Amino acid sequence: MEPVDLARASFLFFPLALLGMLVLPGRPALRLLLAVVAAAIVAVVLPIWLPRGILTYLVSFSTMAGIYAILSLGLNSQWGLTGHVNFGVAGFFAVGAFTSALFTTKMPEGALAAYSQQAFGLEWPFLAGVVMAGIVAAIVGFLISIPVLRLRTDFLAIATLGIAEVIRFIFQNERWLANGPQPMRGIPRPLDCLFADPACSWLPQGVVNWLAPLSPRDYVFFYLIVVALVLTVVYLALERISRSPWGRMQRAVRDEENSAAMNGKNVTARRIESFVVGSFIMGVAGAIYAHYVVSIDYSHFNPLFATFIVWVMLMLGGSGNNKGAILGAFAVWGVWSGAAFVIDMASPALQAISPDLPSRGAYLRWMLVAILLAGIVLFRPQGILRERKKVSDFMPKGD
Amino acid sequence: MQDKRVSPLSHDPPPVLEVRDLVKNFGGLRALDGCSFSVQEGTITGLIGPNGAGKTTMFNAITGFFRPDSGRVLTDGQDITSLPPHGVFNRGICRTFQIPREHGTMTVLENLMLVAPDQAGERFWNCWFRPGLVRRQEREIRDRAMEVLEFVDLTRLADEYAGRLSGGQKKLLELARTLMAEPRLVLLDEPAAGVNRTLMNKLTENIEYLRRERGITFLLIEHDMDLVMQLCDPVIVMSEGRRLMEGRPEEVRNDPRVLEAYLGGQYGAA
Repeated sequence: MEPVDLARASFLFFPLALLGMLVLPGRPALRLLLAVVAAAIVAVVLPIWLPRGILTYLVSFSTMAGIYAILSLGLNSQWGLTGHVNFGVAGFFAVGAFTSALFTTKMPEGALAAYSQQAFGLEWPFLAGVVMAGIVAAIVGFLISIPVLRLRTDFLAIATLGIAEVIRFIFQNERWLANGPQPMRGIPRPLDCLFADPACSWLPQGVVNWLAPLSPRDYVFFYLIVVALVLTVVYLALERISRSPWGRMQRAVRDEENSAAMNGKNVTARRIESFVVGSFIMGVAGAIYAHYVVSIDYSHFNPLFATFIVWVMLMLGGSGNNKGAILGAFAVWGVWSGAAFVIDMASPALQAISPDLPSRGAYLRWMLVAILLAGIVLFRPQGILRERKKVSDFMPKGD
Repeated sequence: MQDKRVSPLSHDPPPVLEVRDLVKNFGGLRALDGCSFSVQEGTITGLIGPNGAGKTTMFNAITGFFRPDSGRVLTDGQDITSLPPHGVFNRGICRTFQIPREHGTMTVLENLMLVAPDQAGERFWNCWFRPGLVRRQEREIRDRAMEVLEFVDLTRLADEYAGRLSGGQKKLLELARTLMAEPRLVLLDEPAAGVNRTLMNKLTENIEYLRRERGITFLLIEHDMDLVMQLCDPVIVMSEGRRLMEGRPEEVRNDPRVLEAYLGGQYGAA
């Protein structure tokens, strides 16, 4: 085993262990042990077994799927928990991404200032940017929710879809805010000195030697850890809050609003709360995305990529089930990415049908996702993982 | 709260529920037309009247589902007209619905646990930062919900989805939910509709028992005259959005105005 593979394996271990904790059965202590052992084995085997390029591809695939999983969890806390039909996921995703970018980048100076404008640049650290992204998205969500949550079902969908478009157009047109139609560049990546040639000065020499064989292109191996950590925190926090008397109220509001009101629940406040929680999570997802792609512009936040695919993920995985939301994100992103390969391979056949067809492969992918959605709704409307019957985890088990 | 019962004969305290000149229009239709009545503590008051008399509208106006166009609703002399439904609930007033509105994707047990007032776990931050408190309360609420389930004889269905219950069982569940709230006044909207005789007798017994032992006041809408005659005293008759009369069951039964309201003829009456 070469040093490169060994270093990569060490990065793979942590996300794999978290995955193990999520998937494996058994009591927490046993699960931890199993997860650690399994993750260690898989982390070593993967780099040996797979070609390096494929492994890098898999890691960046998982990073993107993980970001979608956070979005999907955010949507689950609105749709799964309380039944809000929010078609404006992209809007909150955008607010989070641009907020974090503004808080963490440097204000452009000198000649650059002529090309690149932004409202402010505070050079805050990565984590502060992520938290601010969540907070600002939550505030935006709160302000929007006051008028919009008077609407329900399809009407709410129309209103939120419109608001997300408005948000996108604001970022496209307001040059002073976040560079308008031009991308915002240079969003800092957390700890990217790990992979730079003179590595971070504070790193102990042993670690520097360990990381030496890796190039900056391997940064995604580290970022996968960041995504896995954020995803885990969001998942645990959401799981805690939705499996509680609070979550029970939300489910009650979703099922039968009038009855919940007559049983003493403040329905309006509950609906706003869950909408704000969802907005916060989507904002966090936006920040994680911005720091991953480094350069963002308005076009990243169109409804197809940032709203509807998230809906398909949640519907496939299982509305109301947080594990399902994560599973759905990986599954649909897998189908989406896999379809690119398939269409690539099938391009001679497509060429034979019509010479224009291969260049329109992207549309074929969307068709595939649409068929998938139709299939879910027809054959398994509850998704792969059902919503759990018992709501509250605080309730004592048995007698 | 239920301990200090007030005799229905006492005149001193204000009535547990008082409705004054309630008016509600739906477009051109005047569903409530200056209706007034009061409900004394410790009674089972019947609210009857032909279809379209405004009985359910009255319930909706009392419980804050909509604001009446004019008029007031008072409990113990305090104005609750402008309170939202959960505010009315917090004043100790519960209601059931004509068509049961259970939370179908939750278990019967959690349908009941939901209702318990003042749960610490309903506050967002408590679930993260005070799990011990929430857990302790959940145990208490669970135990109380099991007692209530035993009372209405639904214990064996505790872990069933509420949506899977039969119509009659859902009616029982509605009654059980009001008990979880420890109410002072319960508004029952046709508790016996679509319920078989055996279950209805049980329901009657339960209501009678709750009034006697726990001092809960009931106001109930019902079309089953046998049940009304057996259970209610006094009976209020509504017709065309107004109170037609009020009296003991036998008085009501023999009143020509009531017969007229039910059998029609008020238009053509000589």
